Amino acid sequence: MNSSLSLDQITNNFREIHPPLNRAEAAFEANRCLYCYDAPCTQACPTHIDVPAFIKKIASGNLTGSARVILDANPIGSTCSRVCPVEALCEGACVENTLMKQPIQIGRLQRYAMDHVLSKGIDVFKAGAANGKSVGIIGSGPAGLSCAMYLARLGYMVTVYERRAKAGGLGTYGMAEYKMTQQHSADEVAMIERLGVQFRLNCEVGRDVTFADLEAAHDAVFIGVGLGATNKLGIAGEELAGVYDALEFIEHIKTRDWANVPMAKRIAVIGAGNTAIDAVTQAKRLGAEQVLMIYRRTQKEMSAYEYEYELAKQDAVEFRWQTTPIEIVADATGKQVAALRCVRTELQDGKLVNVVGSEFNLPVEMVIKAIGQQKQRSFLATVPGINIDAAGRVVVNAVTMQTDNPKYFAGGDCVNGGAEAVDAAQHGKHAAMGIHQFLMGEAVTFAGA
Amino acid sequence: MADLSVNFAGIQSPNPFWLASAPPTNMGSMVERAFDTGWGGAVWKTLGEPIVNVSSRLAAMDYGSQRMMGLNNIELITDRPLDVNLKEIRDCKRKYPKHALIISLMVESKREAWQTIAKQVEDTGADGVELNFGCPHGMSERGMGAAMGQVPEYTCMVTEWVKEATNLPVIVKLTPNITAINYPARAAVKGRADALSLINTINSVMGVDLDTMIPHPNVNGQAAHGGYCGPAVKPIALNMVSELARDPEVTIPISGIGGIQTWRDAAEFLLLGATTVQVCTAVMHYGYRIVEDMIDGLSNYLDEKGYASAGDIIGKSVHRVTDWGNLDLKYKVVARIDHSKCVNCNLCHIACEDGAHQCIHFTDVHGKAYPIVDEAECVGCNLCHLVCPAPGCISMVRVDDGSQTMSWREMTGQ
Ligand SMILES: Cc1cc2nc3c(=O)[nH]c(=O)nc-3n(C[C@H](O)[C@H](O)[C@H](O)COP(=O)(O)OP(=O)(O)OC[C@H]3O[C@@H](n4cnc5c(N)ncnc54)[C@H](O)[C@@H]3O)c2cc1C
Ligand SMILES: Cc1cc2nc3c(=O)[nH]c(=O)nc-3n(C[C@H](O)[C@H](O)[C@H](O)COP(=O)(O)O)c2cc1C
Ligand code: SF4
Repeated sequence: MNSSLSLDQITNNFREIHPPLNRAEAAFEANRCLYCYDAPCTQACPTHIDVPAFIKKIASGNLTGSARVILDANPIGSTCSRVCPVEALCEGACVENTLMKQPIQIGRLQRYAMDHVLSKGIDVFKAGAANGKSVGIIGSGPAGLSCAMYLARLGYMVTVYERRAKAGGLGTYGMAEYKMTQQHSADEVAMIERLGVQFRLNCEVGRDVTFADLEAAHDAVFIGVGLGATNKLGIAGEELAGVYDALEFIEHIKTRDWANVPMAKRIAVIGAGNTAIDAVTQAKRLGAEQVLMIYRRTQKEMSAYEYEYELAKQDAVEFRWQTTPIEIVADATGKQVAALRCVRTELQDGKLVNVVGSEFNLPVEMVIKAIGQQKQRSFLATVPGINIDAAGRVVVNAVTMQTDNPKYFAGGDCVNGGAEAVDAAQHGKHAAMGIHQFLMGEAVTFAGA
Repeated sequence: MADLSVNFAGIQSPNPFWLASAPPTNMGSMVERAFDTGWGGAVWKTLGEPIVNVSSRLAAMDYGSQRMMGLNNIELITDRPLDVNLKEIRDCKRKYPKHALIISLMVESKREAWQTIAKQVEDTGADGVELNFGCPHGMSERGMGAAMGQVPEYTCMVTEWVKEATNLPVIVKLTPNITAINYPARAAVKGRADALSLINTINSVMGVDLDTMIPHPNVNGQAAHGGYCGPAVKPIALNMVSELARDPEVTIPISGIGGIQTWRDAAEFLLLGATTVQVCTAVMHYGYRIVEDMIDGLSNYLDEKGYASAGDIIGKSVHRVTDWGNLDLKYKVVARIDHSKCVNCNLCHIACEDGAHQCIHFTDVHGKAYPIVDEAECVGCNLCHLVCPAPGCISMVRVDDGSQTMSWREMTGQ
């Protein structure tokens, strides 16, 4: 390990950024809620959780009831309470922004109620009476988990196929460690498992089971496979030791085996989205001395949320705007990263161009690529009868999430091209409703649909 | 899930949550929406000779940042024609046969007037009548409302009149504006009332506008005392309910009213002897929707406590209420402060110093001064425990060994 920090220091750096509320804080915050009618927070939440209702239940001391309100509209309410960009969603819409310049801490209150049931193993929903139908779900990320929970409540036999060793998708392998740990994800998965949902881990559809197998075993299939590997830079030196894909880097961190996480004194992260921010902030927490964020446009164009950018600034990350990497330079051995060669960019007649003669080397020992994920084009191409749009997204009916092959439904990142966990949860809900309509001919509406 | 249904003096209700007779039960469309939202019963806004109201008519007391901790009103009974109300009651009962629909009544103090209106209500199919002997403003100046409820003989007399005229269960709604609640309650029992409901609102003046110097609520430069209700009145209502619940002469069921906002408040009323509860202010503040958490919270509470039905907890705490003279003088608690939870606000110190018995001093813990209780001096009054903002920091610990008990009555032989 190349960190100057002790393992304890690193553990401390990765402490939760939004720690749990204690009882006094939760009571104070819950009582501050005005209990708005037709509340803006509920409208702003992509899963339309009845926020004032769950908060008032915290105030009345009915924590189990509070958790039920949350889970009714969002089966991954625990993950969401930790990772949702609340400043842009519920909390951003809170009327207390206007009145008190300080929104109700909805995310942390949501977590308070979710921790109550998940830590005690209280099940607020039961599996529905078996209806004799079976659904297969490909992928155990937020979309798949959400769909599974609703279907189990309706009485379906549900099997989730997951190629990884642990369930949870990016909830388990991708979320910044200071937002949530794998244990939080595991508790959520366990709750869904207790509803009778079967998880087949280490089982990749297309390799370990075929679509014919799925169709034989299930009456309908939900595709929630998310996105693929990080995009390539397409420059020389990408194969050198010390070059990582952001997801791979974050996955290492998620094991909390700090001593074996790839690390260096100086690290360049390429990209300016939320994943890039997660990479730089976590690299800093591991003890890197200099962390550079390289982006070809200006701060104004970066796609990361404002407060994520603020977090990176607080962590003393250095930004190199209007800079594009052109080569990863090797050290004397020819095998290891020694520098990132860049060129300045500027806008000319609305087009971004490299400034001739402005090339320079940034000495770094590690490069992390965070320029967006590829779509799962090759996998999706093998699914019988579905269609994919030009951007590589599965084409679905926006209400039922049904694909062009009526037996297949889809949702989450593989449909919207990459958004938030909460959006995937909403897709899973709509798909469960669509599947129920398709298989049972019966309309059902879940909270916040 | 626990069974929340209750039987109140023969009136079946899907849950103990009723709307009190007030603006939220003003007309059929409102009561029907309330039933759709989950309310188990409703007491219709008091019927009588239609009146003319003033404007404005409500005022509130805020506490800190909490709005409407107390509400007061100078509204009178219904201002809608009797025949319209009766028709809507009939329609509503037909649409909601399983819900409890009670009709509140107040007419002038004449046998015929009370008997006529009681029969008209019986004819609609409603489940019961509630006699409003409680309204403390306006109507009382006309010899009705609290003017009846404050004289036990009148209470008994009117109750008898109504009982003569109808077979419907008769609930008598009591006014808290008296010195002892037992007397009007016993008078209602004597008049053969089937049940009691309490409390109606309390005489109050809500405050004065310091710019105009006109008290609230301002009616063209003047104000009148009005009826006080809302969270602030709950302790008064709980006292009166428990007084009646433990009065051996009061043998009929009680509907608890006053300051109920959550399932917790409702559960406390049930524990102290109420069979149903009625709500007004909380609904005027937040809408009918609050009943959802009342139902959910009460049923989770019953499940967690292992009770199968709401009926199982009715009156469970009544035997815990007694006269002061029966309390055990040998029972002794003292305050203990957990320094790991202390936030050093020192409120316990100053409260004890200036408001109690000067027994919280400071001690050095790891170089910092923390409050500590001199247990030999502590009288166990609870004050520090009440002012402490840190959860679990101050606990009241029993220090006697429980081997002896002695009440004031035993001590003095009274
Ligand atoms: C680094 C990073 C950080 C993020 N941080 C946040 C955040 O803070 N807040 C937030 O709201 N969102 C965040 N997101 C976005 C969020 O993770 C996604 O929107 C969400 O996980 C999408 O859910 P999904 O179920 O569609 O896909 P995924 O979570 O990607 O799950 C797909 C699952 O399908 C499995 N799978 C794929 N193919 C197969 C196959 N053939 N057979 C079997 N299984 C298969 C995968 O292994 C995976 O488990 C982040 C994303 C990344 C990359
Ligand atoms: C505006 C207003 C009007 C009321 N009108 C009546 C009425 O017509 N008849 C009656 O019996 N009580 C009436 N009440 C009293 C309520 O029914 C109830 O007894 C009282 O408000 C206490 O309950 P609460 O604390 O839940 O508000 C009224 C209360 C208010 C605030
Ligand atoms: S799910 Fe996310 S957006 Fe919705 S209320 Fe919870 S924290 Fe806010």
